[in-house]
Amino acid sequence: MEGEMNGHSSINNSQQDIISQLRKDILTLQGIKPAEGSAGAFGLGPAELAFPNGVCPAGAIHEFLIAAPEHEASSAGFLSGLLNVLMQSGSSCLWISTSRTLFPPALQAFGVEPDRIIFVDLQRERDVLWVMEEALKCEGLTAVVAELRDINFAQSRRLQLVVEKSKVTGFILRADPNKVSSTACVARWRITPLPSELEEGMPGVGFPRWNVELLKVRNGNPGSWKMEWAEGRFKPVKELNEGAVIVQLNRNAG
Amino acid sequence: MQKRYASIWFPYLISNWLVLRRPALKDTAFVITSAERGRALVKALSEPARTQGVTEGMSLADAKAIVPGLQVFSDKAGREARLLRAIGEWCIRYTPFVALDLPDGLILDTSGCPHLWGAEEDYLKEIVSRLKTLGYEVRAAIADTIGTAWAVARFGEETRVINSGEQATALLSLPPSALRLETVALQRLQKLGLYQISSFIHMPRAVLRRRFGADLLLKLARALGQDEERIQPLQIMPPYQERLPCLEPIRTAIGIEIAIKKLLEALCKRLQGEGKGLRTAVLTCYRIDGKVIQAEIGTNSPSHHITHLFKLFLLKIPSIEPALGIELFVMEAPKTEDVSPLQEALWIANPGLDDQGVSELLDRLAVKVGAQAIHRYLPDEHFWPERSLKPAASIQEKTTVPWKTSRPRPTQLLAMPVPIEVSAPIPDYPPMLFIYKGKRHMIKKADGPERIAQEWWLQQGEHRDYYYVEDEDGQRYWLFRSGHYSEQGSQWFIHGFFA
Repeated sequence: MEGEMNGHSSINNSQQDIISQLRKDILTLQGIKPAEGSAGAFGLGPAELAFPNGVCPAGAIHEFLIAAPEHEASSAGFLSGLLNVLMQSGSSCLWISTSRTLFPPALQAFGVEPDRIIFVDLQRERDVLWVMEEALKCEGLTAVVAELRDINFAQSRRLQLVVEKSKVTGFILRADPNKVSSTACVARWRITPLPSELEEGMPGVGFPRWNVELLKVRNGNPGSWKMEWAEGRFKPVKELNEGAVIVQLNRNAG
Repeated sequence: MQKRYASIWFPYLISNWLVLRRPALKDTAFVITSAERGRALVKALSEPARTQGVTEGMSLADAKAIVPGLQVFSDKAGREARLLRAIGEWCIRYTPFVALDLPDGLILDTSGCPHLWGAEEDYLKEIVSRLKTLGYEVRAAIADTIGTAWAVARFGEETRVINSGEQATALLSLPPSALRLETVALQRLQKLGLYQISSFIHMPRAVLRRRFGADLLLKLARALGQDEERIQPLQIMPPYQERLPCLEPIRTAIGIEIAIKKLLEALCKRLQGEGKGLRTAVLTCYRIDGKVIQAEIGTNSPSHHITHLFKLFLLKIPSIEPALGIELFVMEAPKTEDVSPLQEALWIANPGLDDQGVSELLDRLAVKVGAQAIHRYLPDEHFWPERSLKPAASIQEKTTVPWKTSRPRPTQLLAMPVPIEVSAPIPDYPPMLFIYKGKRHMIKKADGPERIAQEWWLQQGEHRDYYYVEDEDGQRYWLFRSGHYSEQGSQWFIHGFFA
């Protein structure tokens, strides 16, 4: 894993194939199923390399931590960027919430057609999990997004078992930062806004820019990256001091 | 057996119906108009309007000149057909064969029916008096032929029964229009001074044909019974209903499940055979203590898929309380629609909103959390942010206009704009800072203004000048000033958060 960030160019292709195959074999031997999807599918650049085999898994549950309405807006933007990739096949998505502030027309800017999203606006928090589980069972959907205050390990494990069968991708937006319990989710993200950058001397506000933090990754390397949404795709922001900083956090997330 | 027909005429069909709907209109002069070649013509009218001189086909302006306080209602296409159909279905209690006689009558094939009410006179009197108590003005007649019954009902002095074989005598004194003739033939008869059927009925057939066309001979032959006329009886659809009586009262959930399954199997078999699918189904459970319990399900698209419908009812079973036991289950499908046969192999790989799985999922959600919780939005052609989207009527509805992307829109929009305090020193410039929820945000970058005016035909109010701003932490907001800049201080609001 340590050699991931440098020296790619020096190894020729056949060796690279052998190494990636060996890595997959190790994961299989460890009892971890290979993730759905292909490497680099989401175009997240270095953030995607933090996942095992460089595959940001579809057909799994991802969670996003949200502390403020501003973070919710950033998370929704980042999430729409992911949905854009997932919904390429023309499929639909379910968005479950009890107090929705998402403004559907904005999603078009992230390449998602807002009319392909079905919103379920519920009164009670406890219905959200029921609806989410039912929706995740439905193979006709690509993704299910749920806005929740909290979820415990058993509940998230249930959802994880459902998606393993149906291959639907689940996203949980957790709005209560004070109660962050451990979950069975494959990744825990935190997206916070960053000041946008403009060309020298240009007025106005630039492209949406975020600090994308991967707090927990199952079998991967957590880290944090700066990213921008421009020209219809994610663009990792080049730091002046070169190379993203990988923060080694505890790896018992899985 | 000699055929007998009754013709029922409603001289004030629509106006009677309107009075039933609005009792305040009783004994007032009103007309129902329809637009024809750019003019409003009187299509139907009330009896007081007629006594004051208004007639059908008169232009509305003339009618208003005659009756100053005339009330006017507009006509809806196909209303009389629907009304007559409803009355016709009600009339099936008198005979199994009822046909519509548009625009204002019904034809009943009464052969072999009147003796159940005594004589034919009693039978006719019963129909007329029942319709009168319902509120409809009615004239009726019974005769051997449809033509004679029609003529006597409309042009005879009173409701009466023409004895078998006496059609000719009954017709003699009536005007030619009683024969349901074309306008051209009627005008020609009028011109020649033939005001009664008696004055031309005995003329040679060749002469009549040459002068008035074959139609007059045909109508005459039909009225006299020399030629047979057929009617197209109303068909009443048997309701989509299945019953399941139980020998022993059912008290367990398993028992209810079996009952639902059996009822669905029978119902869906019929629906499938007729190419229909149900949109709503109601399960009625009759308990032995006399209480009736209902459970209702609805689907987003017509379905006769037993497993799916059963799953929907499965969610409802906890709400069915059997108490001492249920002795009768009735399953009814009040709303059905044509279903297009599905080509499983072709469609199964087609993701999207047409996906069968998605529509079945939404049905299940609608049963559990209510259909009002499920939304889908389409763009609407308004600039005002709150009005820029509209809820889609159905899950399959497609957009006709594209989503606008020319201006930035926030990913989070507050349901109501929240007032904020700002310091904006220069008119028509974004503010330097704003205070929202007690926190100060220094504005570093800004875009705007984007002026969005009120749509005056929908709502009155000030325009909004929107600014897309970014604070020192990189958090992006959508602010607006309501109305123009003013020295005394303008009203500023926060309306959303950008990604």
